[in-house]
Amino acid sequence: MKTASSVRRLQTPEQLVSIQFAGAEVKVREGGNLAAELLAAGVSPFRETPVSGAPRNPYCMMGACFDCLVEIDGVARQACMTEVVAGMTISRHSAVRESDNA
Amino acid sequence: MESDFAIIGGGVVGLAVAWGLLKRGHKVTVIDGDDGSFRASRGNFGLVWVQSKGIGRPEYARWSQRSVAEWRPFSDELEGNTGHRIALAQEGGYDFHFSEETLADTVRKYEVLKAQLGGNYPYEILGHNELRKEEPEIGPKVVGAILHHQDGHANPLKLLLSLADDVRRLGGKIWNGKTVQSVKHDGHFRLKCSDGRIVEAGKVVLSAGLGAATLGPKMGFMAPVRPQRGQVLITEKLPKFINRPSLIARQVNEGGVQIGATNEEVGYDDNVTLRGLAGLARTAVETYPLLARAKLVRSWGALRVLSADGFPIYQESKKMPGAYLVTCHSGITLAAAHARILPDWLEGKAKPTDLEVFGEDRFVSA
Amino acid sequence: MLEADLVVIGAGPAGMSASRTAAEAGLTVVLLDEQLRAGGQIYREVENAAPVRGDILGADFVDGLSLVRALEHPNITHVKGAVVWQIEDRTTVAYSINGVASFVIGKRLLIATGALERPMPVAGWTLPGVMTVGAAQILIKQSGMVLDKAVLAGCGPLLYLTAAQMCRAGARPLALVETQSMADLFFSLRHGLGAIRGWRDLAKGLGLLAELRRAGVKRYTGATAIAIDGETSVEALRFRTNGQEHRLECATVLLHHGVVPNTQAALSIGAAHEWREQQRAFAPITDEWGGTPIDEVFIAGDGAGVGGAVVAALAGEISACQVACGLGAITDEQRDKAAGPLRRRLRRELAIRPFLDRAYPPYAEAVSPADDTIVCRCEEVTAGAIRRFARLGCIGPNQAKAFGRLGMGPCQGRCCGLTVTELLASENARSPDQTGYYRIRPPIKPVTLQEMASVAEEGEQEITRET
Repeated sequence: MKTASSVRRLQTPEQLVSIQFAGAEVKVREGGNLAAELLAAGVSPFRETPVSGAPRNPYCMMGACFDCLVEIDGVARQACMTEVVAGMTISRHSAVRESDNA
Repeated sequence: MESDFAIIGGGVVGLAVAWGLLKRGHKVTVIDGDDGSFRASRGNFGLVWVQSKGIGRPEYARWSQRSVAEWRPFSDELEGNTGHRIALAQEGGYDFHFSEETLADTVRKYEVLKAQLGGNYPYEILGHNELRKEEPEIGPKVVGAILHHQDGHANPLKLLLSLADDVRRLGGKIWNGKTVQSVKHDGHFRLKCSDGRIVEAGKVVLSAGLGAATLGPKMGFMAPVRPQRGQVLITEKLPKFINRPSLIARQVNEGGVQIGATNEEVGYDDNVTLRGLAGLARTAVETYPLLARAKLVRSWGALRVLSADGFPIYQESKKMPGAYLVTCHSGITLAAAHARILPDWLEGKAKPTDLEVFGEDRFVSA
Repeated sequence: MLEADLVVIGAGPAGMSASRTAAEAGLTVVLLDEQLRAGGQIYREVENAAPVRGDILGADFVDGLSLVRALEHPNITHVKGAVVWQIEDRTTVAYSINGVASFVIGKRLLIATGALERPMPVAGWTLPGVMTVGAAQILIKQSGMVLDKAVLAGCGPLLYLTAAQMCRAGARPLALVETQSMADLFFSLRHGLGAIRGWRDLAKGLGLLAELRRAGVKRYTGATAIAIDGETSVEALRFRTNGQEHRLECATVLLHHGVVPNTQAALSIGAAHEWREQQRAFAPITDEWGGTPIDEVFIAGDGAGVGGAVVAALAGEISACQVACGLGAITDEQRDKAAGPLRRRLRRELAIRPFLDRAYPPYAEAVSPADDTIVCRCEEVTAGAIRRFARLGCIGPNQAKAFGRLGMGPCQGRCCGLTVTELLASENARSPDQTGYYRIRPPIKPVTLQEMASVAEEGEQEITRET
């Protein structure tokens, strides 16, 4: 994972909590917007597309584009529409590629 | 003459017939409707299917079997010509049962049909545990399945695309966005379209789906076709977990699971309903419990083209010889037969065996 | 299951003002919104953000507080985090909260789903690090985060506002790469009279430009050939101005060339829409009250035609007056008396729009992208593929969708629909109206099969009621 964009917090939060993203621990703000918090923590890419495997990160931040899809408890969720809960476990959505479904 | 054949309707039925005629060297013009027309070709389930078809009418089972047998070379040729991936898989398909009674009842019907077909009806009955070896994700409520080895599935949209592409490549003309308003017959045919365009042809094939209900009678057909709504839903792309298609669900080559389908007599209403979709979702989750967490991304309603008895109609007009009505609700399964066998009859040869019973005479009450 | 006189979808300015007006008239209101806090995108998270970031975001943003506070009314049930996925029987709305499905039945339905940023397909726009200008603003509003080393590309007032907000927050953009030309500005002056009536908006815009100048933000105008470079994320933005090639290294590219009505919900119930050439977008056909040909259904705010937050709030009130009148809560005279002054303000607020539409037209190369540019982000379908489908007889988006899967992904065409219409229209030499739009079907937002199935169990009776 490398930092794709330079997302910077205007204020340092008083406390950060731990969540898991794709097996790695990530420090984020409890109650924060999951997409924003993952970006601020330097997560990239959020996912790879099922068609070509291209990397994707949040694009619209308002629930329209579905590029920030992540998987929580086995369900695809839009990270930009999800609030951070301490301890949540997130996996990269849909590692499946179309060619695997031949 | 502009064309040997004019084909009214550019869905899978019309394009398959057009493709077959073009390959035999005929000049063909296809007249197709609007983007928003009722189109069964865009809304179907994609099964290339034999089982359950033709109960009480073995000719229909045989016709389906003939088409299914032609499907591999048909699809290979189209894929080779166009590069589109039709993703035909003919490794068998299931009819799932949630009760021993319905399973036994179906087997009884299949045995009768099998005898009528001279034994050519290769199916086996799988109990829950046997089924589980084939389909590990099957749910506990499925008591068993009938696995029919002549069944399969394909990508119906890629079939449509390949046909649209290859018909043009073979020199066929396709006019899109047009409705045929009138047909005149005077040695040859003159078709007048809504935008004023005239298409002249030696023969005409009416394969306009539900459109045949209005145009058919003008050409001397009874064309007793009616819409029957089928609602279908499809999930996000998932890792492959369904090995064979069934009447309940199939995993398409792009990864999504397609779930179908309702049978509703609601006229020309192709909307989806909360109740319809919810019922389909419930059955799908009972069949494959892991679908509970899958996201449903799309749904649609499409109108099947059903004749009065549900079987296809192949009829030459008595009023306008040279005009043929071709309509069915299994345009995907029958595509290969329509492309490779049916043109014999359209060229003026004898009607293929098994098709004599699918004329319109059967609708004339004694 | 909930019941209400009025069900409102969307807690932006239109939905909030309509809810309050209807509640004050005595109607019960259920307000569904997919965010956890009211405000919509324009006033996103205003209650939390205004006290700590009001200076950065500006007075217009802080104004949204009053609308949010007005939702505290005993007749209003604000259902938070409710993702609407199906509308049926005109006014039955199915939604989910945290994966649990339910539905609400109203006597009337107001769709107030606001706007989306116009899709801006350019080479490289799917790379990590490319976001919309609106997304950058949402990061500031909701999360108190800024994007450093950013270039803003495209056109329109939101570009200036967001750049100014970024400057105030200490994250000065590297540059503004603007696509409008001097000719656009020149022709827009034909709408001078309207612009003068909208002088307050103009003054604000000029103030923002002065602020950007003072902050030292570099501006390029008349940009063409915009492309984004990068392997796994953004590395640079390339473009051309006055025949000169530029390449700006950057970490973030923010795209924007206007906003368009978010029509998904309205289209899903078959509400008639028309192409508005001025705005280069489809909008629903509504009457002077926001009423649609479907008697019980109203549409207000940017979703009915983009006019901005103040216009949306006024339109919401106007629709609520008609709803209250139709349900017998107020008389015709009361309705007309209330609506008169609202309409006068509405006209004043709309005065600047023709000027803006002409001064900041959509970026031509994103309306008709190069063949290798991805148009459908979900299914990765290029403009070239869509042009090929046109040559295979696709006169509208639905046949093209069947041929090439465009619009079949989870975003359901939100990010490609208008581009696909424009591309097919242009290839077939037909108008966008003749070409049409995707047939939008439920679910409006993806929903799990379990959620879908649970609704059947919850209320088989209710959802099959006769209408």
